[in-house]
Amino acid sequence: MDLKLLEKLTQTFGPSGYEGEIRAAIREEVASLGDELYVDRLGSLVVHRRSAAPQAKKLLLAAHMDEIGLMVTHIEEKGFLRFTNIGGLYPLHHIGGRVRFANGLIGTIYVERREDRSQAPQLKHLYIDVGAKSREDCPVAVGDPGVFVGSLVQQNGRLISKTMDDRIGCYVLIEMLRQIQAPAYDLYVVFSTQEEVTLAGARTSTYRIAPDIAISVDVTLTGDTPKALPMAVELGKGPAVKVKDSGMIAHPTVRQMLIDAAQQADVPYQLEVLQGGTTDAMAMQLVREGIPSGCLSIPSRFVHSPSEMVDEADVENAIKLLVATVETN
Amino acid sequence: MENLVHTLEVLSNAFGPSGSEMEVRQLVRERTEAHAQQAYVDALGNLLLTKRGTKRDLHVMVSAHMDEVGLMVVGYTQGNLRVATIGGIDPSILPGLHVLVGRKKHPGVIGVQAIHRTSHKSREQSPDIEDLAVDIGAQSEEEARKLAPLGTPIIFATRFHAVERMCSGKAFDNRAGCTVLTELLQGDPFPCDVTGAFTVQEEVGLRGAGVAAYAISPDLAIVLEGTVADDLPKKESDVSPTTELGKGPAITVKDRSYVTYPPLLRHVIRTAQEMHIPYQIKQPGVSGTESGAIHRVGVGIPSITISVPCRYIHSPVSLLKLDDLENTIRLIQAVLSTLPSDILKIK
Ligand SMILES: [Zn+2]
Ligand SMILES: [Zn+2]
Repeated sequence: MDLKLLEKLTQTFGPSGYEGEIRAAIREEVASLGDELYVDRLGSLVVHRRSAAPQAKKLLLAAHMDEIGLMVTHIEEKGFLRFTNIGGLYPLHHIGGRVRFANGLIGTIYVERREDRSQAPQLKHLYIDVGAKSREDCPVAVGDPGVFVGSLVQQNGRLISKTMDDRIGCYVLIEMLRQIQAPAYDLYVVFSTQEEVTLAGARTSTYRIAPDIAISVDVTLTGDTPKALPMAVELGKGPAVKVKDSGMIAHPTVRQMLIDAAQQADVPYQLEVLQGGTTDAMAMQLVREGIPSGCLSIPSRFVHSPSEMVDEADVENAIKLLVATVETN
Repeated sequence: MENLVHTLEVLSNAFGPSGSEMEVRQLVRERTEAHAQQAYVDALGNLLLTKRGTKRDLHVMVSAHMDEVGLMVVGYTQGNLRVATIGGIDPSILPGLHVLVGRKKHPGVIGVQAIHRTSHKSREQSPDIEDLAVDIGAQSEEEARKLAPLGTPIIFATRFHAVERMCSGKAFDNRAGCTVLTELLQGDPFPCDVTGAFTVQEEVGLRGAGVAAYAISPDLAIVLEGTVADDLPKKESDVSPTTELGKGPAITVKDRSYVTYPPLLRHVIRTAQEMHIPYQIKQPGVSGTESGAIHRVGVGIPSITISVPCRYIHSPVSLLKLDDLENTIRLIQAVLSTLPSDILKIK
């Protein structure tokens, strides 16, 4: 594992719509890994790697670089901040946690005292304390976006951090780009924007590229924690080849392509049916006249919390699987 | 040139629930067509007018939806009309309202029992739409079907009023935006090419804007709206309103449908500050606008929504301040006149 790279990826600021910093960080890493590199209209970073094979098909691989976060909606007289979600937030995951704004400022997230504690708190019950003494004294403005705080830890073959969703996917694609020798496809690697809000980055990048096949690389949930919703995906059992999620059904050809690559690279894999959630592939499959699409998932526990956990071997195997996918026809 | 209040009055009074925007389209078309080099109505009914720029470095789509919320005839109880809502309307505001049925504008009343005949209990419950009926004075189902065939659209009968700087009327969401766009198109050319899009069916799912954006394929989009001003005193003391009347155009940073492209947001705010035009940030995260449909079209279209604050939208009558309308026009004019050519360049 290149822990330094993963640290840089997970800790760099980039809530949906505000991907400037993370784009710059990824750009540094991929600058020499493609034949062409560009930023498209909604801010996605695209690395194009040509194939020597004549008439190679266009393959698009996408990992989203945006992360969930929050946006300030109101500053109270005493300087406390109220906020709305950027992407899917679960209030319980963030009480007692911290938020970081673009300028580095940190706030504590906490919850009001509630008379009725029988129900889980809602976002409107939460507030942020940045240490301001009053509204006038508050160094944050309405409309400022922030992200959650959670450092990277490597332990027992697992990795824990904020924003594994989907910087682990970005990590996998960067490593893959480093390792590929001779792509059998005309390869476009897209680090997409706005996945957590509207999927608009991948959708529009795909429109411009018009690929023959599109695959997203993102995290998925697991069914291996106490009283988890039954789901046949476990941490450490290999990357997951998506069959279906709530936004798309993987194209059978693309699914088989990933399974064949797993067998060829001799890495374990699991099949995934995800009941709640989706990825960039949902948008990509419907672009233009339709694009056969699929998804390779990195199993992750505690998704959309500040402590998302993945397995190192799953990550390494996902890289091997994708290298095999790209190099074989 | 027609004065601003009169344009707003004519457009506010016009008939145009989602899917039946013809009258509004005609009214804006006759006011703008002469000022555009190209004008056409697309397959869904959007009116697209292109005003060529002096520099032509960028092409900006400026949209305003023409449609308003309303009702539609879905059945009959003897001579009375059963209705469904078109767009978001709270049925509890409907009883007793004066409405206009169909494009011929037959008068109708949303029937209520005389207070002498209602029980205390029924007065405490708010009605569902199924409990309500529109009375057009028909004596039989046959007569009702003739006057208002199934599918006939219905609007609120509210007439426009203006006193000093305050205007009241129906459908300020989004005839306020249509007024702003009409005014912009009537003015001098901008440096950039501008295509004004008077769109259809926003209130039922942003349907017109997406196809208009596909046809226009602009570099950037500005969406004009009349939006919620819920600035009256509330029970909970320390909460911020969505927008406030009189505080200037409301700029969206993020709503439920999209996140504003930061360089465009910065340009709009900087322009307002430099021109000393009052502005407010619309409370982030509230409601969805056409930017949500436009930004994801084609190779991507960086978008921003800018709204005239209006109290009581999606009801029979809204209030707006002329200052806000004028300041919105000034702001958009300045934004379009000073758009930096490199606004699309991001590192
Ligand atoms: Zn994700
Ligand atoms: Zn509207």
